[in-house]
Amino acid sequence: MRMFKASGLLALLAFAIAFPLLFPNGEITAIAFFTLLFAAMVTGWNILTGYTGYISLGHAAYFGLGAYALALICQHWNVQPGYEVFLLVPVAGLVAAVIAIPVGWVALRVRRHTFIVITIAMFFIAQLLSYNLIGITNGSTGLDLPFPLAWGGAFFNLPFYYAVLILLLFAIAVSWWVRHSKYGLGLLAIRDDEDRAQGLGVHTEISKVSAFVLSALIVGMAGAIWAYFIGAVYPASAFDPLFDIALALMGFLGGMGTIAGPILGALLLEPLHQYLASNFADWYLVIYGGLLLAVLLLLPRGILPTLQERWAKYRASREQTRETDAASITPLPEQEESAVKTEGINL
Amino acid sequence: MAELIIEGIILGILTGGIYALMSSGLTLVFGVMEIINVGQGALIVLGAYLSYVLQQYLHLDLFLGLLITMPIMFGVGLLISFVFRPIKRDRIMLSVLVTFGIALIIEGILDLIFSADTVGLQAWYVNDSVRLAGFSQPFYLGYNYVFCFLLAVVLLAALYVLVYRTRFGQSLRASMENRTAAELIGIDVERVSAITLGIGVALAAAGGMAFGATTPFNANSSYDLISRLLAIIVFGGMGSLSGALIASVSMLVIENITALIWNANWATTVFFVLLVLILVLRPQGLLGQAEGRKQ
Repeated sequence: MRMFKASGLLALLAFAIAFPLLFPNGEITAIAFFTLLFAAMVTGWNILTGYTGYISLGHAAYFGLGAYALALICQHWNVQPGYEVFLLVPVAGLVAAVIAIPVGWVALRVRRHTFIVITIAMFFIAQLLSYNLIGITNGSTGLDLPFPLAWGGAFFNLPFYYAVLILLLFAIAVSWWVRHSKYGLGLLAIRDDEDRAQGLGVHTEISKVSAFVLSALIVGMAGAIWAYFIGAVYPASAFDPLFDIALALMGFLGGMGTIAGPILGALLLEPLHQYLASNFADWYLVIYGGLLLAVLLLLPRGILPTLQERWAKYRASREQTRETDAASITPLPEQEESAVKTEGINL
Repeated sequence: MAELIIEGIILGILTGGIYALMSSGLTLVFGVMEIINVGQGALIVLGAYLSYVLQQYLHLDLFLGLLITMPIMFGVGLLISFVFRPIKRDRIMLSVLVTFGIALIIEGILDLIFSADTVGLQAWYVNDSVRLAGFSQPFYLGYNYVFCFLLAVVLLAALYVLVYRTRFGQSLRASMENRTAAELIGIDVERVSAITLGIGVALAAAGGMAFGATTPFNANSSYDLISRLLAIIVFGGMGSLSGALIASVSMLVIENITALIWNANWATTVFFVLLVLILVLRPQGLLGQAEGRKQ
């Protein structure tokens, strides 16, 4: 089983690497670039939201910070267009992460539902600052990045595609490590019951803030790559509220708190999003909103958890039929219990 | 300088009343239903456009038009409450996304119908103003601010009577304090929730009219509005009506003073800096209740 899984993952990776060679069309590689970009971001977002249960609807702020950081670095050091710019992407991500430390410390002091509201408010603060700190951000005129003219034509998208693929692999590695470490176990304990986790010796505050910073780092790097790809940053495009919702929608659709779920959500939704945006510009918002509602009401737990649940039920029922001869009573599948627990009375 | 500060206080109290009207629905709905209605901004803009249509095509006075728009929006609120019926798990988290979806649909439809041009509500009191005596520099105050402030006072007083002096208000406060216990003593919490959401959205209609009469708007204005309203209800303490009132007035006063003595661009930033400060000092907001042990 493990061999099977590993070879499947390798095949997926090989496909991802070969993709732009198989489909060299510029439009398709651009869509692939955006899809992997979102997959990387939603994986980073999931480290905070999926594992700790603190829902952030303000991560577009770190996306914008990463984008602006790269633009400013390139401007101040007079960086020439080329592959070297990609080496600065982690620096831009670090800038976003460093800013996320005090922000996360303040935002994570509050209750879960207030946290959602705070993240939204902080996102708007970041956008306002980018409009108003004209000395640094150039206001609504925006900033230009070096433009790699040498990569003309169909080749243009390829360096960006591979850069974002590396970022995605990094994000998955971080997410996997967190999920399988003691630290990640602490995060999951915070999601289930924060007070009890603290009582059991989890350093809840440090854990929460560090998860916040880790996710800001990944989203910030994604923002930097995006800025280099687009070639200019403006307050309205770098800080886009629809970005926040896109992340949440992808996380929800795939299944939060899993590693593959958010990626699956991004792979399904981002191509659809690009398709809608280019073909139904007028109805785009209405369709997107309707889709959001449909996903939330029909699949509130996401695709992967729902499938896992079905699979567990199916296996349990098969075992039950096998064991009926022995007249043993098989306990009900596990997930019923957890459903009851979270629905419990809030006194 | 002193005069500018007084001007800022007057303007801040008047606009603060309008914001109190808009945020009261939001905080009330949160208190009863445990949903964060991020669609409130879009609903306010929808209310403003409804007033706009009535005034443009039926030449109805804005305040009379409320007699039509508020019941319509009450119905919209009831409809939205049906969407929430099946959601039992992760209510707060899902509510943000669901109401955002509703907001996107409203925004998309408004964009299609009215295009992205900004419009303003028209009436004689929107374009006329009174010069306040006693200021060395002339200080004109629009009648629209005064009238909309009076509207806010009347509606908020009515809301107060409804919540604290009627039987329905008792059920509402009981549902707010403890949903399960309210159900146990025979309150139909689902019905109370639906009516509360209806009231919240009807208040958004009135708030939308007041907003549209004082500020030019388009479908995109909802983002700016909702971020301010969310900041206000967090500042006041989520679920607290009086907290929302105090927060609206104090934040708008501070914003207006900043705009007059410093720079209008920075005024909103000051508003959010205050929010961060209060969170550091008092995470539950001005009048909010501290978190209890969740189980």
